[in-house]
Amino acid sequence: MTPPLLVVDDLKTHFFTRRGITRAVDGVSFTLRAGETLALVGESGSGKSVTCLSLVRLVPEPAGRIVGGRVLLDGEDLLGKSPAEMRRVRGKQIAMVLQDPMTSLNPALTIGTQIGEVVRLHQGLRGASLRARALEALRRLRIAAAETRLGQFQHQLSGGMRQRVSSAIAMSCAPRLLIADEPTTSLDVTIQAQYLDLLKEVQQATGVAIILVTHDFGIVAANADRVAVMYAGRIVEIGSTLDVFNAPAHPYTRALLRCLPDIDARGGRLVEIGGQPPDLTRLPPGCPFAPRCSERQPRCETEYPAAVSIDDGHVANCWVAVAAGARPR
Amino acid sequence: MLQGVGLKKYFPATRGLAVGRPRGWIKAVDGVSVQVAEGETLGIVGESGSGKTTLAKLFLLLERPTAGSLRFDGKAIEAFGRDDLAAYRRAVQAVFQDPYSSLNPRMRVEHIVAEPLPRDNGLSRAGVRDRVGEVLQLVGLRRDSAALYPHEFSGGQRQRIAIARALVTYPKFIVLDEPVSALDVSIRAQILNLLKGLQERLGLAYVMISHDLAAARYLATRLAVMYAGQLVETGECDAVYARPLHPYTQALLSAALPLHPSARRQRIVLTGEVPNPMNPPAGCRFHPRCPHAMPQCRTAEPVFKEVERGRFTACHLY
Repeated sequence: MTPPLLVVDDLKTHFFTRRGITRAVDGVSFTLRAGETLALVGESGSGKSVTCLSLVRLVPEPAGRIVGGRVLLDGEDLLGKSPAEMRRVRGKQIAMVLQDPMTSLNPALTIGTQIGEVVRLHQGLRGASLRARALEALRRLRIAAAETRLGQFQHQLSGGMRQRVSSAIAMSCAPRLLIADEPTTSLDVTIQAQYLDLLKEVQQATGVAIILVTHDFGIVAANADRVAVMYAGRIVEIGSTLDVFNAPAHPYTRALLRCLPDIDARGGRLVEIGGQPPDLTRLPPGCPFAPRCSERQPRCETEYPAAVSIDDGHVANCWVAVAAGARPR
Repeated sequence: MLQGVGLKKYFPATRGLAVGRPRGWIKAVDGVSVQVAEGETLGIVGESGSGKTTLAKLFLLLERPTAGSLRFDGKAIEAFGRDDLAAYRRAVQAVFQDPYSSLNPRMRVEHIVAEPLPRDNGLSRAGVRDRVGEVLQLVGLRRDSAALYPHEFSGGQRQRIAIARALVTYPKFIVLDEPVSALDVSIRAQILNLLKGLQERLGLAYVMISHDLAAARYLATRLAVMYAGQLVETGECDAVYARPLHPYTQALLSAALPLHPSARRQRIVLTGEVPNPMNPPAGCRFHPRCPHAMPQCRTAEPVFKEVERGRFTACHLY
């Protein structure tokens, strides 16, 4: 088996504020292979976005700092690189697509200038070959009348078109890893379906690995090969999408899947998850989900759960799963 | 109870300063007739720009219709006197999408919740405090939350405060504009259950505006689908989800992603974009994106009619 493209090992990113230390990411580990899509799901504040920012070393400093762990891309540790070396990684080997294309595109520059900037910096192209590469990037994302679009500004495009343009910029230097942080949240349902299909097509053509951040389990089910569920700065369950949906091992995952209204069934009351997500500056010593967990055991409140293998590649951190007979990892 | 007949709302499109003749009219709502009966939930779904929020604003009297009329308990709103208007405003309340921007951060919860009560409500100070405490308990908050400020609450609790504010005047009818889309997934179920429970206990009618088709299905008894300022289909919620009639409804429902990786649904992928509301296409507004478009769709606007018992749609296929 080929070695993984990306290895994240015990990554910790903390924010140092007057209120105390916020453990936004507190020991996150996962791997990702070329051509694979991993979905990161969780509620706001669970650490999905900070994990992504840490991978490209864009955590807002000085409050935020990566305080531990390793991030290996093709075996090279990104956390040890100098800022100049990181600039050569960003955009070229790792690219990002953000939630709102309205704010991620520059309103004062034409689409052509914005694609050209990336290609010029990373590939050193100029003139006609630069233009040709920009056109190719737009056409790959199915943008009609690409020549005209090069001279246009973001306000002349629709929402779906803007997100395709920012994806075209991201894919223009053929990155190995694409981080898509809630790419469809600002899009309409029918446009969302179009965009996700297109992203899959581009992945099949280029073999790019994708980290897809989302809180929508429908998107996970339709697009991800594997899924990692985050809660309070940690991954509480990770596994293939089918395994996690068929046999969710962590009570949090189970509760999340049960509390969603299903479009295909009209039921009685929805199952609720009581309580609120925890305060990250004052995390309990045990499992952070314990106060909201219906299957809580005494041990959960004192000790952070060990990782247990549920199945091949399906891992959860939960004492309830341990008690149910899952073998420790 | 509430009935809109041929409602239209056009906004002038101007360049720069709003002087002189507008360049054109943005047809946000263009001829919508809809009614809401006592105790029912009408779900209004559609994409952004389809006019659902403008329609809600018309119900709330935040916008006056350009044409058409609104009737409440059989009486036209235009004929309302001062007392009728005050009564209408007590009977019709709203809950908005984002509980971070819909609550004034500088007001205590007791004042936020008491605000819809009219000045001459006939209640003493203690009476107002009592009523506020009562509705706070109804939405699952403690009575003593009244003394706190909004920032002391989480998103889900803030939405409960917004719901308490809507309930304080004993309304009959609440407009819910995307009530759960700004909330975390684990909190949505709490709020949806709360809304359903309140409806059963208090006999409220809801108009729920949503782009989340699953959430709309959970609450709605009847569904109205909007496209480019017009209704394309209405009917009993279960019937519409089970067998959508209009090609747009079919595409919209098929684009919603099922909640299981092995559930594959036949997806109707729409090409093109939502039309420009200033200059909608002639004939049926959906025809440039419709997989079943026929020659007549380009020229003749389809009539919104009952094609089966209780099922209305505007499409030349029927």
